Amino acid sequence: MAKPASRRTPYDGVVITTPVTIPYQRYSIESAQWWIGRALRALADASGIAARDFDGFCLSSFTVGPDTAIGLTQHFGLSVRWLDTIPLGGASAIAALRRAARAVQAGDCDVVACVAGDTNHVDSFRRTLENFSRFAQDAVYPYGAGGANASFAMIARHYMKRFGVGREDLGRIAVAQRANALNNPHALMKTPLTLEQYMAARPIADPIHLYDCVMPCAGAEAFLVMREETAAAARLKGAKILASIERHNARLDDVVQNHGGWVADIDDLYAMAGLRPDDMDFVQTYDDYPVIVMMQLEDLGFCAKGEGAAFVRAHDLTIGGDFPHNTSGGQLSVGQAGAAGAYLGVTEAIRQVLGSAGPTQVAGARTGLASGFGMINYDRGLSSGAVIVSGDG
Amino acid sequence: MVEPLQQPERRHPLRRTRQPSLPPMGRSRAGMLLTRAATEGRFALQRCGECGAFCYPAHDVCPGCLSTDLKLTDAPNGGILVSKTVVRVPADVYFRERAPWRIGMVKLDCGPTVIAHLHADCREAEPVRLSLQLDKAGQAAAFARPAGDTANAADDRQWREMTSPPKFRRVLVTNGRSAVGQATAAALVAAGAKVHVGIAEPWKPFEAGKALEGCTVVPLDVTDERSVRDLAADIGGKVDILINTGEHTRPGGLIGRQGTATIMDEISQTYLGFVHLAQAFGPAMRARGADGVDSAAAWVNVFSVYALANWAAFGTTSAAEAACVSLSHCLRAELRAGGVRVVNLFTGPLDTEWFQTVPPPKVAPKAVAKAIVSALESGVEEVFVGDVAEDVRQRLEANPKALERDLGA
Repeated sequence: MAKPASRRTPYDGVVITTPVTIPYQRYSIESAQWWIGRALRALADASGIAARDFDGFCLSSFTVGPDTAIGLTQHFGLSVRWLDTIPLGGASAIAALRRAARAVQAGDCDVVACVAGDTNHVDSFRRTLENFSRFAQDAVYPYGAGGANASFAMIARHYMKRFGVGREDLGRIAVAQRANALNNPHALMKTPLTLEQYMAARPIADPIHLYDCVMPCAGAEAFLVMREETAAAARLKGAKILASIERHNARLDDVVQNHGGWVADIDDLYAMAGLRPDDMDFVQTYDDYPVIVMMQLEDLGFCAKGEGAAFVRAHDLTIGGDFPHNTSGGQLSVGQAGAAGAYLGVTEAIRQVLGSAGPTQVAGARTGLASGFGMINYDRGLSSGAVIVSGDG
Repeated sequence: MVEPLQQPERRHPLRRTRQPSLPPMGRSRAGMLLTRAATEGRFALQRCGECGAFCYPAHDVCPGCLSTDLKLTDAPNGGILVSKTVVRVPADVYFRERAPWRIGMVKLDCGPTVIAHLHADCREAEPVRLSLQLDKAGQAAAFARPAGDTANAADDRQWREMTSPPKFRRVLVTNGRSAVGQATAAALVAAGAKVHVGIAEPWKPFEAGKALEGCTVVPLDVTDERSVRDLAADIGGKVDILINTGEHTRPGGLIGRQGTATIMDEISQTYLGFVHLAQAFGPAMRARGADGVDSAAAWVNVFSVYALANWAAFGTTSAAEAACVSLSHCLRAELRAGGVRVVNLFTGPLDTEWFQTVPPPKVAPKAVAKAIVSALESGVEEVFVGDVAEDVRQRLEANPKALERDLGA
């Protein structure tokens, strides 16, 4: 049976503005509320729209407990008519912008502040792991997995064997991102990384080695979603949303995860945008591990399944290369500030199409793709999403 | 390939004893069903009563048909190892101390995919058999072993964390005068343990003959707090496994007897004996739960199955044993912090002089001894020894009131 034509309504008249980043710290003694509050203040300062005029608020954070978005309205003095808490880990930013875009498009609210932020106390990461999910508590954490490393190691090993991928192929992704990060003053990693260093890194959970892992840190990322006329009135440049998808717990036949949920909806994504993968000026993938980046490049249509390694061998993934990828340096080199890690690629994508990426700017970037991936509840990542944005540079 | 376990070297007297740590203990309520299966040595998963699908991890609702009828059901334990890893930098203290640690993903023939601890001889893309083991925290954990036999399989470092093998361990058997105590001591020596056997009132005639060959006989009167403390002061720091074989059985019920002398004696021998042993040996064992190859590992109680259902013909003995079962749960909770497990064996009537008038089937002392060694080597927590004990176990589950009437007849 042919798939029915997509009935997705375009995101006409909606823009994303004011991408902000609160520079990351490896460890912080401050709370998540502190980091999120600073991001909100930065949104107000950068947009010239007072925080009291934000009438929508969307929050993602692992470490804000016991609060959710509602508690923060009182904490921050927000009075909103649209409120959401999105606990989708690495897919949170895509989900946030999709929901916010529909809310402002429908007139349920005018200006949505989408914020993700987390602190990183010395024990935050361990506490997040302990309480990540019920299936993880029952069936992963008691096995010494200590977070996602072991689960992704098993996914990576299986994928690498199945498709003949070598560590050096994955290393190209990490090395290119480090090169990009050296242009980003906010990146926590400030020294070059060679493929030799990547290969010689200490093993964490075979085949995952040190430079396959992100560094947990504290930080926040945010943007505003509003109608075009609201942005124009505030003299803000905005990025358009040409298309977006999300999929959770996709019905995949993979015994061990070889695909993300993107494959279920990828045709919709490009059809809605009226574009093809070749049309992207850059790509920001969710890079919790290079192997997930490679899977994404395949599932997002840049190459066929199993050809990810050949693809990264054939392309230059740096800012000035023929396939600019994770231009900020990505989480692998900037750091993973909890749920803000989901936003990192999206705020960078907005900057790129608005021409405001500064030292990481891809020349002439007008259209790009950002994707998200998250929530390894048990044996696989459950949430995935992607967005194509465009701007006038 | 697992290297055979070597006799541990003598401890350096100045070296600090490593404090025990435990793997993560939290499980959902449904997840505890698997812990129940593990205590009994069963491989069981939840199975949907409507669509028949097995599920894992533990669910409250079937992901196939949304039924809530998910019962713990014995499951085929075969599967294929589809991926694996060696975790070298775990976040958790317990695993960090034991890294590198092998885990893998097993696709079970009956459906679910299970993340499991991995025996060193498991090979990728090859068949494995899965079992549910109790980890040091006393919770169920899936463990994958090769489908076939391999050399020195029981010496695998990770397998040993899930079991309490007596090999190279120092064991105290509390009652060397009883047939069970003697058979147990002999079986443990055969299993590679160094065995101390307690003898009460050593001036009384004592004929163990060859049964206690290779064992060290020590004075131990469990009814005498002083005697128990004296022995603990002497060897308490090197008892890795304690086998509480009280075995004080007296026929008789409640109102046919006058006075409490017999009952006091039963309480003194059985209940207070257990109390004295636990107070004297428990603290050191708990502190030595992670003390190397010959760490403290297990406390085994040999109980009558009538501890669980009173047999009126041995009514007050049954009651004293019941008190001990309750106490064993307290001890289990207290020894958990050391990763030391408490194993309860429930036996039917033994083939000994105190059950002289009881018709067969009766349990040979050697069968009890064999069950003890097997429980330690396989890592279970509850064992029913003999046909009568198994009958009582099943009937308690099916209809405890019918059993009560029959045992009172």
